[in-house]
Amino acid sequence: MNPPSDQNPMAMKLPFYALFALLIPLAHAQQPVAPDVLVKSITEEVIAILKQDKDIQAGDTKKAADLIETKIVPHFNFIRMTRIAMGRNWRLASPEQQKVLADEFKTLLVRTYSTALSNYRDQQIDYKPLRAKPEDTEVTVRSEVKQSGSSQPVAIDYEMEKTPNGWKVYDVKVGGVSLVTTYRDTFASEVREHGVDGLIKSLVAKNRQPERSKGGKT
Amino acid sequence: MAKAKGLCAVLLLAGTLAGCATSGGNPADPLEPFNRAVFAFNDTVDTAVIKPVAKGYRRVVPGILRTGISNFFSNLEDVWTSVNDVLQGKFQQGVDDFGRVLFNSTFGIAGIFDFASELGFQKHNEDFGQTLGWWGVGSGAYLVLPILGPSTIRDGFGLLLDTQADLVFYIDGVPVHNSLYGTRAISNRANLLDASSVIEQAALDKYTFVREAWLQRRRNLVYDGDPPREREEPDDEPTK
Repeated sequence: MNPPSDQNPMAMKLPFYALFALLIPLAHAQQPVAPDVLVKSITEEVIAILKQDKDIQAGDTKKAADLIETKIVPHFNFIRMTRIAMGRNWRLASPEQQKVLADEFKTLLVRTYSTALSNYRDQQIDYKPLRAKPEDTEVTVRSEVKQSGSSQPVAIDYEMEKTPNGWKVYDVKVGGVSLVTTYRDTFASEVREHGVDGLIKSLVAKNRQPERSKGGKT
Repeated sequence: MAKAKGLCAVLLLAGTLAGCATSGGNPADPLEPFNRAVFAFNDTVDTAVIKPVAKGYRRVVPGILRTGISNFFSNLEDVWTSVNDVLQGKFQQGVDDFGRVLFNSTFGIAGIFDFASELGFQKHNEDFGQTLGWWGVGSGAYLVLPILGPSTIRDGFGLLLDTQADLVFYIDGVPVHNSLYGTRAISNRANLLDASSVIEQAALDKYTFVREAWLQRRRNLVYDGDPPREREEPDDEPTK
């Protein structure tokens, strides 16, 4: 369809796009995107990719993990998530241990999320109006996922905080179950029995286990 | 009746054990050694029998038929849901849920189609354990029931009544009755296959993970999705 041309139009427009790319962070710094708008736009973007990606649909969790790493991870505060999951034991960990813990916990959550994404079918997501005042620095963005084959929607709530780098998610609650505090007991008993290093060791071991490819389909 | 008696025996046994069991990590789980044993047993049965059958069911039965089967049982549940709505003083919700039953039982052909949801009458999740919770009864110790899975002392007693109010229970003819129980169990398990694969990936220790998730889920249900906020970071605020 395209007229033959020896010039790549994409290449010509590149400086133009680059300029836009530079402008975006500036725009963010001035006026952070509203938390509900942020969640909605990221979710829609990821779902649009999921719907087209046959590999992820077929259970390629590695590819799903890459998608999460680039699109979703930048909007999460993993340090705070790890701190919540650790509770009072957070202070027992040295700064180096804290960093390793947050990294390993991040990997675990990304892998878990990629398993969930590979199960994605054609759920419909509704967002509830944000109940927040403009000066609030912590908000809950509420959404509902309607699954085919189940008449009862599942509530997914995002707990978010305002930071200088925009709104960040620090907890996700699925049907009232917190992705973060659900680990609290496990982390506490691991630290009690084997110390902070023991917890790090078991997180590393868990993350090295082969991916359960194809999720629930196998 | 046998099922109810068995459940009663388990609850009594659990009550007795509560007296002598040593407390593990979580104060909500004084029966941890007993619970862990039952959990391991359930997991074995699930891996060996229930999960493979549920997977087979999902592979063989077309999605539209599975939805119909799931809806059929869900419609029967809605009767007891509406009774619990009323017991909790949620009269409007009770009328809505009973309306769902009337509508889906007729236009939805014995509940196979859930037209009420499409019309905006959302399904609710209520049972007698939640009613007790709503009335202010504390959940009591965490309790893993054989085959039935995670529960608490309160929800176990709730389940005794739920079982009595189960409409499948009153359908005549033992073979019909039993095959309905079986189909329902497999249909429910099939609906949870995706969730259980996520738990397998997520959990460092499946027992504590499921316990924590289940207790949070029940608390959320008792408060209809809006529980009072708990402190998220106990004692770890950086000193300023």
